[in-house]
Amino acid sequence: MATNIKIAIVGGGLAGLAAAMKIAEAGHEVDLISVVPVKRSHSVCAQGGINGAVNTKGEGDSPAKHLDDTCYGGDFLANQPPVKRMCDMAPQIIYLFDRMGVPFSRTQEGLIDFRRFGGTLHHRTAFAGASTGQQLLYALDEQVRKWESAGKVNKYEGWEMLSLVLDDHQVCRGLIAMNLQTLELKEFKADAVIMATGGPGLIFGKSTNSMTCTGSAVSAAYQQGAKYANGEFIQVHPTSIPGEDKLRLMSESARGEGGRVWVPKNQGDKRNPKDIPTNERWYFLEEKYPAYGNLVPRDIATREIFQVCIEGYGVAGENQVYLDLTHIPAETLTRKLGAILEIYEMFVGDDPRYVPMRIFPGVHYSMGGLWVDFEQRTNIPGLLAAGECDYSIHGANRLGANSLVSCVYGGFTAAPAAIEYAKNVDRKNTETNGIYAAELKRQQEINDSIAKNEGSENQYKLHDELGKWMTDNVTVVRYNDKLKATDEKILELQDRFKHISINDSNLWATQAIPHARQLWNMLELARVITLGALNRDESRGAHYKPDFPDRNDEKYLKSTIAEWSAEAPILSYEDVDISLVEPRKRDYSKGKGKTA
Amino acid sequence: MSADGHIEKKRLENPPQTIDVKIKRREKLGGEQFWETFSVPYRRNLNVISVLMDIRKNPVTKEGKETTPPVWDMSCLEQVCGICTMVINGRVRQSCSALIDDLLLATGNNVITLEPMSKFPNVRDLKVDRTPMFEHLKKVQAWIELDGTHDLGPADRMSNEQAQERYAYSRCMTCGCCLEACPQYYEDNYIGPQAIAQARLFNMHPTGKMNMDERLEGLMQEDGITNCGNAQNCVQVCPMSIPLTKAIYQTNRDITINKLFGWLKK
Repeated sequence: MATNIKIAIVGGGLAGLAAAMKIAEAGHEVDLISVVPVKRSHSVCAQGGINGAVNTKGEGDSPAKHLDDTCYGGDFLANQPPVKRMCDMAPQIIYLFDRMGVPFSRTQEGLIDFRRFGGTLHHRTAFAGASTGQQLLYALDEQVRKWESAGKVNKYEGWEMLSLVLDDHQVCRGLIAMNLQTLELKEFKADAVIMATGGPGLIFGKSTNSMTCTGSAVSAAYQQGAKYANGEFIQVHPTSIPGEDKLRLMSESARGEGGRVWVPKNQGDKRNPKDIPTNERWYFLEEKYPAYGNLVPRDIATREIFQVCIEGYGVAGENQVYLDLTHIPAETLTRKLGAILEIYEMFVGDDPRYVPMRIFPGVHYSMGGLWVDFEQRTNIPGLLAAGECDYSIHGANRLGANSLVSCVYGGFTAAPAAIEYAKNVDRKNTETNGIYAAELKRQQEINDSIAKNEGSENQYKLHDELGKWMTDNVTVVRYNDKLKATDEKILELQDRFKHISINDSNLWATQAIPHARQLWNMLELARVITLGALNRDESRGAHYKPDFPDRNDEKYLKSTIAEWSAEAPILSYEDVDISLVEPRKRDYSKGKGKTA
Repeated sequence: MSADGHIEKKRLENPPQTIDVKIKRREKLGGEQFWETFSVPYRRNLNVISVLMDIRKNPVTKEGKETTPPVWDMSCLEQVCGICTMVINGRVRQSCSALIDDLLLATGNNVITLEPMSKFPNVRDLKVDRTPMFEHLKKVQAWIELDGTHDLGPADRMSNEQAQERYAYSRCMTCGCCLEACPQYYEDNYIGPQAIAQARLFNMHPTGKMNMDERLEGLMQEDGITNCGNAQNCVQVCPMSIPLTKAIYQTNRDITINKLFGWLKK
């Protein structure tokens, strides 16, 4: 049995920090590897809140209803036992953050306040202003800093994972990471590795994700044999603010607090929105979905907004609709939504308290990710995953405010599983048989060859092309011929990648080599997403094919599993554990069907 | 001003064809700084980040000289992670929320200057190393001591007013604007407004208060709170509008009370 257990965690967002805190608390050592200082991880961008059926509003909410909403919202593609465990744990998670000092908004009795979010009829979302992700991340950052001061957590901030170190039996023994300042490569020996690297939004060029969300480390693990599941399920958030550099999120909490989506009934109406009378406005979500109204799940809201724009109802003839809060008192808006309204005002220049916002859907979240079992273990012994980078919990569509809770749940589950594995792992031969040196050498050679390359291709332009093709063809509406063409395009980009020049003669702190490595990994993962979509001839959750408009449980109530091969991803299908909530047709136009 | 009382934003009427972006560069830690100017075609809705992205794609100076792509940090691009902070037209701020139209409106010309923050080690070009700020957080023990992470139910009830007051401090993203603007801060001689405000955040919390002594101890050393010269620059540049001077005032008061009555506890 091992003593002095050491676990490497890749990624310092909510999931990674949650795991680090639990492992340190259990008395073990953590190497925490992150591309940015962990306090700057993408979790800070989560705005609206964290779900947990605390039921302080007297609505009869319960973890069982949270389970039902999550499975129903995810169009029944998630394995249900881990979803149940998450929903059962959710109230405790919220209480723990309360004890860690998160300034949750309060009711007049001093209790944690809850707001409504999409895909549920209950007030189930705890929030700290409109920057809940930031506040939760900071709480964990503080706790992990305490463990860092106590010598239990070693942070490697400004390091990027390049590959896993696997032994002859395909057992994970650690990883190789690159210092982004010196470009030095280093091996991290570990009894187990937890991946907590977030989503791959940058594959789509512009998305609501942070610029660190390339999916690169996960793709590297996939190329070394980790299974990747449900890659084709990409959430496109209905409300984002289009920008030159990224699509900025406009939180679902805007609708949770009463925001209404509409377009002028007269196509191309050029009047100031305030001058358009109510009877000349089309509140299309409220009209089509009277029970849930503006709070239908994201996949449905996104398709409806997309559709009205295609039909020519977009504001000023462009791809945008109004998200209107102006009927709510400015003071209330400031108190409940201040942070997100500031973002809109800062980047667009209009004050949403007085002028309806103009928004459009944007790529937001990957439901798919590394395949894990119910203890967050991947198929590679010694490798676990948690948070957005794993595929569990959200099925075919994630409900708003379920991501923060799933990150923490994943971290809290992966940590004891990693410790348990590490206690029993056989460590013999790993020190002497040269596996670390061999992998270091392999990674150094890749860096050297990229640095030497002199060709006419520009890697940033290749990335732009990838993003455009993926956004045009692999997001809201998918057609098989376009998916096929996209895969061919990706192959072409992979070919052209071989002719890039990094354009930087100074290798100190260069961003060109890291970006080139990320780009290759994005291309590999883009194929998984595209071919997964091509092969799934049905419509389910975020995956919509007009040629196959219905859900087909008989054939596709299955998780897609992708395994890497040099030619193309090898796809297979695995049954979904639906032992707790029986699948039924999703229909948000009425109050919810039979509930648990 | 419109009828409902809100002020409409001034828009740039006659934008230039191109903008000149002057970047203060450095090849590596300790190297000499030098300027390079890039000419970028104007488009609507540009921010400093999208301009830098343009330059990165085609790193050729205005004079036509091929050069290396500028290095800078960026992540969330929503002014919530703090990483992309730099000095823009002489003022420290986040580059993601620095809109080109606003910058051009303010100066009336088509030149934008970008410099790295001057108070932190300058790694390369616009990238700096803000590790000292995170070390300051250790010094003031900016966390709540827990008995453990097992389930112990919720914390004490709290009024929304108190939660909101703490929330204002809790939005600090460790960007470093306050230290860059502080005339007292150089070569990490002073713990600074950011760490003092974080000490205040935890000293205000019902559980956090129990460790107030240790936190104040961290602020009473040579690099401590007495270095504040009351210039009040910090509060003016803070992008999150954190009441930094109030935190310094309140914490000074806590320290005085602690000194006066501290012997009673012994």
